Amino acid sequence: MNTALQADATGAATGLDADRLRADFPILAQEVHGKPLVYLDNGASTQKPNAVIDAVGDFYARDYANIHRGVHTLSERATAAFEGARDRVQRFLNAADRHEIVFTRGTTEAVNLVAASFGGQRIGAGDEIILTGMEHHSNIVPWQLLAERVGAQIRVVPLFDDGSLDLEAYAALFGPRTRLVAVVHVSNALGTVNPVAEMIATAHAHGVPVLVDGAQAVAHARVDVQALDCDFYAFSAHKIYGPSGIGALYGRRELLEAMPPWQGGGDMIRTVAFEGSTWADPPYRFEAGTPHIAGAVGLVAALDYVDGIGLDAIAAHEHDLLAYGTALLEQVPGLRLIGTAADKAAILSFVIDGVHAHDIGTVLDFEGVAVRAGHHCAMPVMTRYGVPATARASLGLYNTRADIDALVRALQRVTEMFG
Amino acid sequence: MSDLRELYQEVILDHGRKPRNFGPLPEANRHADGHNPLCGDQLRVHLQVENGVVKALHFEGVGCAISTASASLMTQALTGKPEAEARQLYDEFHELVAGDGTSGEHLGKLVVFGGVREYPSRVKCATLAWHTLQAALEDDGREVTTE
Repeated sequence: MNTALQADATGAATGLDADRLRADFPILAQEVHGKPLVYLDNGASTQKPNAVIDAVGDFYARDYANIHRGVHTLSERATAAFEGARDRVQRFLNAADRHEIVFTRGTTEAVNLVAASFGGQRIGAGDEIILTGMEHHSNIVPWQLLAERVGAQIRVVPLFDDGSLDLEAYAALFGPRTRLVAVVHVSNALGTVNPVAEMIATAHAHGVPVLVDGAQAVAHARVDVQALDCDFYAFSAHKIYGPSGIGALYGRRELLEAMPPWQGGGDMIRTVAFEGSTWADPPYRFEAGTPHIAGAVGLVAALDYVDGIGLDAIAAHEHDLLAYGTALLEQVPGLRLIGTAADKAAILSFVIDGVHAHDIGTVLDFEGVAVRAGHHCAMPVMTRYGVPATARASLGLYNTRADIDALVRALQRVTEMFG
Repeated sequence: MSDLRELYQEVILDHGRKPRNFGPLPEANRHADGHNPLCGDQLRVHLQVENGVVKALHFEGVGCAISTASASLMTQALTGKPEAEARQLYDEFHELVAGDGTSGEHLGKLVVFGGVREYPSRVKCATLAWHTLQAALEDDGREVTTE
């Protein structure tokens, strides 16, 4: 371990200068418990660059008003900014049409939207929904609520020990009553990158649409919804260096057009009368109420920032860190990595013999190292591996090999204290 | 490290590693389950109460050093005590870790948990066993959660 530690603490030659990019994130330049902050909780939420902070601040300082229907100048500006954000997300996901982008509060709300609207209309008693054993609770519970309401069944794709999906078992789950597949693109608890394109092709061969939970994916690899051929794709701005409280659902146009509203309110109607109301076209049909307007502006700044660096460069940088971190963590006595699939992104989830994840998290915090400890809202994954919780270091574009070294040094403190 | 040692005092580390009164208690006449959904910790408390006195107290489950040590030290503190005193100690412990930090007169060794007060996310670890004990004293059969 020491050899590796000394070999290279400066970062790898991946074309991305993380040390320079760190300066764009003011929050990172602070100490915690007297130690430089090492932020390794990006899977929970990413920090914000000045470009995002300033975009949101400037928007409130100059252009803010409610959107749509306002005839005054500020409302026109705010509407242009919000609808411009829709165009930006369309471009980011390479969707065919801007009307396929629905703004939501985040990934969770996007999944709930599809479960309530698409699910409520198309999934009934005896029908089946396929999920995987590595889903986040937000891609399990909305389907359970639906299944309980209508009498549908949930089928679960099992995991191999390395945290990859058993694709043969997946293919065998399809039957005449299968109505939807909902699958996570990148597992937040394991880091597994699922072969979603292949899984979508399998589902489509059975005439079954697929929702992809992209919360952990969009900040780590380029996503092209047309190339994936997915039917729904959901993500949150706060996991890609943007504000919390806003995200987007991509929905294939013909699916969205056939779907009923799921929340009623302003903006989602065409006409309202007590005898009956009519609905706006997508995406507005699914956007009741005043949205997080400044959040959309911040999301644009975040996507511009990320695309400015390039997702390929970010992915290469993070893969280098992942390989570096995996090699070092494997040498920590008593440490076991949870999630060792061949195709992984940005997540190092682990347990240490005889030490609870929460104690690891607290000791690391004393060393300035921020990780997450717990079940990561993926309790079925914890059950699968027979652990109550894991500690998880999750990487972002501003992390460096020095951050990984700090993590490993801090883990030595854990071993000293609890070993 | 000095601050960290105030949280993880030697007594806590010791009881976290080697919990006392750990395991089933066949003579128990009251039980309760506790659950901390934040971290997934599960705890079961077995209580043998006779003539209003805690004759024996055991616990089982998985948890962090703080929750395990808290449960372990609790079983030692309460064994042989009248029920009323157990409730009094519960109040004092709660005041120590979640209240204004007052160190009650009956706490004894339990004062080592005073450091937990500085870590709001860990207070629930320290109090899980005690909440579960309360439920066992009532024995109303409901699972206790820290939420």
